[in-house]
Amino acid sequence: MSDQITFTIDGVEVKGKPGQTILEAADAAGIYIPRLCFMKDLIPHGSCRVCTVFINGRPQAACTQPITEGAIVENDTAELKEHRKNIIDMLFVEGNHFCMFCEKSGNCELQAMAYRLGISAPKYPYLFPKRDVDATHPDILIDRNRCILCGRCVEASRDVDKKTIFEFVGRGADKKVAVNANADLKDTDFKATDKAADVCPVGCIIKKRVGFAIPVGQRKYDTKPIGSDIEAGKK
Amino acid sequence: MSKPKVATASLAGCFGCHMSVLDIDERILKLIELVDFDKSPVDDIKEFTGRCAVGLIEGGCANEENVRVLQDFRRHCDVLISVGDCATMGGIPAMRNNIPLKECLDEAYLNGPTVYNPSGIIPNDKEIPLCLDKVYPCHEVVKIDYHMPGCPPSADTIWQTLVALLTNKPVDLPYELIKYD
Ligand code: SF4
Ligand code: SF4
Ligand code: SF4
Ligand code: FES
Repeated sequence: MSDQITFTIDGVEVKGKPGQTILEAADAAGIYIPRLCFMKDLIPHGSCRVCTVFINGRPQAACTQPITEGAIVENDTAELKEHRKNIIDMLFVEGNHFCMFCEKSGNCELQAMAYRLGISAPKYPYLFPKRDVDATHPDILIDRNRCILCGRCVEASRDVDKKTIFEFVGRGADKKVAVNANADLKDTDFKATDKAADVCPVGCIIKKRVGFAIPVGQRKYDTKPIGSDIEAGKK
Repeated sequence: MSKPKVATASLAGCFGCHMSVLDIDERILKLIELVDFDKSPVDDIKEFTGRCAVGLIEGGCANEENVRVLQDFRRHCDVLISVGDCATMGGIPAMRNNIPLKECLDEAYLNGPTVYNPSGIIPNDKEIPLCLDKVYPCHEVVKIDYHMPGCPPSADTIWQTLVALLTNKPVDLPYELIKYD
């Protein structure tokens, strides 16, 4: 078996190793496929669908789909940009995102994705759902107003920290991140040093007393769009 | 040829977005060469004197008067722009949106820890505009042509958008100028 697989992304030839996903191979080649739920070193959850690409004409999640010889992948197209904008728009109106006072602002992957896609306001009506905040833990808080149900905390706590503190409960619009079924965060052995305390892409699971430390203008996505680090590695 | 006219209003906002307009500093002199101000708190003209090229709206709609003013702007302005997070998504006032209105009023006038209100009356004078059930972003009330997020949008964002519109150029802002905070 060959140890190299060749395929194309938007007409550009990309080489990858067997077992790699489209997203991993694209990253290695310096091609950015927008994504939200995916995080390196966690099992791809495939929940957000922002990374959707067309593979031989069929829509697939790039973060879960393995590369295949000769595949024709479309990524940076007007249609997919529209699809990605739609998802981001929905995530904004389905939660309560008050970026103007959010500790994560400037370092938030959801916000950064909206910036990269050029969204000035979501096109859907705001739902303003009622969501709760759990500030019981001395060092970490959960503000579910900002949760996008990416699943990173669930996986990191289960697979890396081996604690399984977080789990999804409910369905549809009522789905939420729960803590050990019905406990408060203070009743768990969650620590600020846990992996799960560092994975949230948005301002939902955040450490106390560290917010707003970086001045506006110097935060991660203030001047450089999300993904530009990957694009900088373009071959 | 007479100059195009610009109108501005502050609905359910804090006037911070108007402050950001003033923050264009000396460029305000260039702005005055480009436009005349019509109805606006900047010159204190209370009613429209004619058709306007651009209307800038700060703040969302929290009460019936906000809705009337916004509709009046839509009728008089060729291009209507939501300026700031309050106008584009409700902003800070919209934090009341998942609390029933009665609970909000009770907290403000009856139950809040600093309330002194021996008569127990919630203000209900006819002169006071009625609160809406929640705070609405402007584009959920009338058609809005452009959205300028930010709390407030920076003076550069406002300046570059206005100049592009008034000189018939495409509004193509650099990455740094579209921010939600
Ligand atoms: S989590 Fe991100 S998008 Fe949501 S309010 Fe915070 S900065 Fe904004
Ligand atoms: S709390 Fe954060 S990490 Fe967990 S599912 Fe929600 S957005 Fe994802
Ligand atoms: S967006 Fe911010 S600055 Fe503008 S009116 Fe609202 S609170 Fe004030
Ligand atoms: S990044 Fe692939 S589905 Fe979320």
